[in-house]
Amino acid sequence: MGLKMQSHQSLAVRLNEQMGTKRGYTLIQSYRAWLPKFLIFWVFLMAILSMFIYNGMDADNKVRRKEVLSSMCDQRARMLQDQFSVSVNHVHALAILVSTFHYYKNPSAIDQETFAEYTARTAFERPLLSGVAYAQRVVDSERENFERQHGWTIKTMKREPSPLRDEYAPVIFSQETVSYIESLDMMSGEEDRENILRSRATGKAVLTSPFRLLGSHHLGVVLTFPVYKSKLPSSPTVEERIEATAGYLGGAFDVESLVENLLGQLAGNQAFLVNVYDITNSSDPLIMYGHQNQDGDMSLVHESKLDFGDPFRKHQMICSYHQKAPTSWTALTTAFLFFVIGLLVGYILYGAAIHIVKVEDDFHEMQELKGRAEAADVAKSQFLATVSHEIRTPMNGILGMLALLLDTDLSSTQRDYAQTAQACGKALIALINEVLDRAKIEAGKLELEAVPFDLRSILDDVLSLFSEKSRNKGIELAVFVSDKVPDIVMGDPGRFRQVITNLVGNSVKFTERGHIFVKVHLAESPKAMMNGKSESTLNGVPNEDVLTSGGCQFKTLSGCEAADDRNCWDTFKHLIDDKEFRYGSSSNRVATNEEYVTLMVCVEDTGIGIPLRAQDRVFMPFMQADSSTSRNYGGTGIGLSISKCLVELMGGQISFISRPHVGSTFSFTAVFGRCKKNAFDEMKKPKSEDLPSGFRGLKAIVVDGKPVRAAVTKYHLKRLGILVEVASNIKTVTLSTKNGSVTSGNIMHPDIVLVEKDLWISIEDGGFCVRQLDWEQNGHMFKLPKMILLATNISNAEFDKAKAAGFADTVIMKPLRASMIAACLQQVLGIGKKRQQGRDMPNGSSFLQSLLCGKKILVVDDNMVNRRVAAGALKKFGADVDCAESGKVALKKLQLPHCFDACFMDIQMPEMDGFEATRRIRQMESQANQQMNGGPAVEESTCRKGEWHVPILAMTADVIHATYDECLKCGMDGYVSKPFEEENLYQAVAKFFKS
Amino acid sequence: MLGLGADRLRADMNRLLALLFHQGVLDEQFLQLQQLQDESSPNFVSEVVNIYFHESEKLLRNLRALLLDTELSDYKKMGIHLNQLMGSSSSIGAKRVRNVCVAFRAASEQNNRAGCLRALELLEHEYCYLKNKLHELFQIEQQRALSAGIRYPMQN
Repeated sequence: MGLKMQSHQSLAVRLNEQMGTKRGYTLIQSYRAWLPKFLIFWVFLMAILSMFIYNGMDADNKVRRKEVLSSMCDQRARMLQDQFSVSVNHVHALAILVSTFHYYKNPSAIDQETFAEYTARTAFERPLLSGVAYAQRVVDSERENFERQHGWTIKTMKREPSPLRDEYAPVIFSQETVSYIESLDMMSGEEDRENILRSRATGKAVLTSPFRLLGSHHLGVVLTFPVYKSKLPSSPTVEERIEATAGYLGGAFDVESLVENLLGQLAGNQAFLVNVYDITNSSDPLIMYGHQNQDGDMSLVHESKLDFGDPFRKHQMICSYHQKAPTSWTALTTAFLFFVIGLLVGYILYGAAIHIVKVEDDFHEMQELKGRAEAADVAKSQFLATVSHEIRTPMNGILGMLALLLDTDLSSTQRDYAQTAQACGKALIALINEVLDRAKIEAGKLELEAVPFDLRSILDDVLSLFSEKSRNKGIELAVFVSDKVPDIVMGDPGRFRQVITNLVGNSVKFTERGHIFVKVHLAESPKAMMNGKSESTLNGVPNEDVLTSGGCQFKTLSGCEAADDRNCWDTFKHLIDDKEFRYGSSSNRVATNEEYVTLMVCVEDTGIGIPLRAQDRVFMPFMQADSSTSRNYGGTGIGLSISKCLVELMGGQISFISRPHVGSTFSFTAVFGRCKKNAFDEMKKPKSEDLPSGFRGLKAIVVDGKPVRAAVTKYHLKRLGILVEVASNIKTVTLSTKNGSVTSGNIMHPDIVLVEKDLWISIEDGGFCVRQLDWEQNGHMFKLPKMILLATNISNAEFDKAKAAGFADTVIMKPLRASMIAACLQQVLGIGKKRQQGRDMPNGSSFLQSLLCGKKILVVDDNMVNRRVAAGALKKFGADVDCAESGKVALKKLQLPHCFDACFMDIQMPEMDGFEATRRIRQMESQANQQMNGGPAVEESTCRKGEWHVPILAMTADVIHATYDECLKCGMDGYVSKPFEEENLYQAVAKFFKS
Repeated sequence: MLGLGADRLRADMNRLLALLFHQGVLDEQFLQLQQLQDESSPNFVSEVVNIYFHESEKLLRNLRALLLDTELSDYKKMGIHLNQLMGSSSSIGAKRVRNVCVAFRAASEQNNRAGCLRALELLEHEYCYLKNKLHELFQIEQQRALSAGIRYPMQN
């Protein structure tokens, strides 16, 4: 239990380590405190990003707006300029008209009326000009003449008679719209004068700076064009121009209404604010159109140059939007949406991270809980194991005392009480052992060994345990192992036995009639079995015979119905077919290189079956079919769960088919190792030695109506090396023996006839007597076959009857086991009698006896028990055994000269171990030999072959540890495994006693 | 065909043996031992087993003394004792005692005192159990030998 404590601790440590390694935090987990900050950071980031987006889009908008503005502005400026130049051209045309018709014609073709009418009718050509007028150049000297000619005086702009000047420019023709300026001296106005001077100097149309027009008070400019009297030279100088000047044609541009009209024709003029400036004096721009202090969006303006054809004057148009740039909703929405999406994404990520953190926390918590639960489970199992042990100690006391009590003189009542108590105690111990097993399995403490063992003998052993019970109940109990199953397999015999014992025990418990049948075959064979299902005969026995003679409904072992149809004869016989096919090539069988063999074990019974509703919890510990089960049948319900665990440990699976009131068939698979070929040979001999070989070659006929049962009998007989034929009834036997053959051409003179009791009873009723078999005919030629009755249970009366009927030889009680059959056959045939006292000695044993008989052998072992056992074993073969309890004593006893023929030496001994003792003995011997060879032989009589060499055989519990080499190295002659096995002993001894 | 009393006793014996085998208290070696018993040495098994008990009790005493008396237990000596006990146990087929010995030896090799004590307790318990059971068995066998000496083939 200390071990358990220790391992528990180590388990806990391991668990902690596991936790430690699994506690590796993920990235998210390790930054969990930063998560909200990350979220806030993310939100800020998103806000900034959306701001950028907004700005970007807004800037785009502004650029577009500016472009729109500039294009609009340019368009307007261009249009204004075009219209203006069109008007200027007309004025030019008028000037030419005047010069042509007023000056070149004599008399003048134009007077005021003509001019007025012409200009009025061509006014549509000059929509921008409010009116045109022609002023003649009048020099002061011509003033009087001129005034006289026209009949009015030259007046100034202020309508006063003009003061004296060098020159005058009185208006002589005027359009009706501006008729009020007739006779006004244009030179009197400052701007007009300047204009006139400039225009006659350049010969081009010139403009004044804007001023309020006389009539309309609109802002306007005056256009002045010079009219020349004579034709000018191609490139006239300023003086020539002045000289040639005849007058001036002028017109007033009403810029304000001009621009107003123009803008009115264009779309979208409402959105724009248009100002036209005269920027001739760039420091003080004069407004021509628009309001100086108009409210508008002054943040964005566009200036367009205007060229009205006067190089002296510079004009420009400045446009701006009426309203401030409207907020860009698209940009705003986009940015906002982006922000929202970013926010959502951030939140989703945050939520996911939080979730991950939570899940991981939960996971760690769960893991911890799981670890604790597992630890608790282990603790539970260990507690169970401990407590079971603790309970067992006092229970043993109780049971021991009860046993002692039962040995004393007790009244029947007292005995009854004591026996009951003892039974209960035993049941309790059994339960505790099972719980202990279960706990061991759960705690993972149970480890399976892998040792070679004989499956068949284990099955026989298990059967023998239940033989009594089954016989009392009258149940047939049988085992069948397919020939394909290797004789020796590697595995855990104890656990295999436990599973089988449990299953068979259950079956025996729950079965009142019928049979229990244990069947072992290779897990692969059922497939082969199914393939051959269509075949219908076996060993030449016609199928109808099988049907009629058995007189049973179901072709199972006992004729009772079984839960699993697969075990009935129809399929079973194909298993045998297959088996026999393999049997023919049995030499190849071992040669298969597979390392593992999977066995299928079926335990079939015809018991009460398992209720359907309980079938799914059959393998759960402490679960029984129902509460009444334990009342009626006892048991704890833990056995099957242990079996399941064990089977799983053996690499197999357990399952069952059960039909209530019909029976159950438990089947499980288990993986066993195959023995290596050489190991197999070594193992095979000592094990097969269990079964006597004296029956090899005998012939037997099994008379049995039930083929499955016959196959089982055949299987057991075959293991003894007996050739078996199956007959379904006695008549067939009689007939065939008469004819000298049982089946197709096989000459068969049976030594033994085994008759099933059921069959015998049935023919007995029909008045048939075995004695009536006409054996005499064969009798004088052949040995009379021995008649043997096979019976499950037999009453005394029946026994007598059987004796009378001719089964004088013997009755073999079932369940059949090879060794038991062998024993009975020995009795019957008298084979064993020749050997040693009823115990059949196989060839090896008798040989061993002949070898060892009378030999003096020293057994060296410090362990008294071992010594005694070894001595007993050797004595059994007639050897004269002396013992030594230590290496030293052995040395003393083997002092030369001695009379021992051999020495069996234990290897592990205190003080002087086997190797050391052997070395010393050999040393002693070699010294003696040297002496002998050197000097004359002193005691020639005692020395054999001229040399001392006592055979020393190592005895060792485990062959692996003390390797053969080491034994040889220190001078030993061989080794035998301890405890003694006859075959092993025989092999070792035969080597040097052969002579 | 068998004497009734002998039959019952044989059944008892079978049952007991079955139980012991089932529990893993005994193994095949015990059967081997039984096979060594014959007319020439009719009490061979009980003789050997008695020697075993005698020896084992001595060893167990020694082991207990070794474990309890000295502060620094002599684990080496303990190992020798345990080897002895293991050897003899496997000779008579006392499987469980042997297994406990193996565990005990493992504990002693690790100088695990607590483990040793536990194992010793377990060993003593197993030993007691074995002793009781084997005594029971021999009693039945004696009774059986007394009653009509019908040999049943199984015992061969």
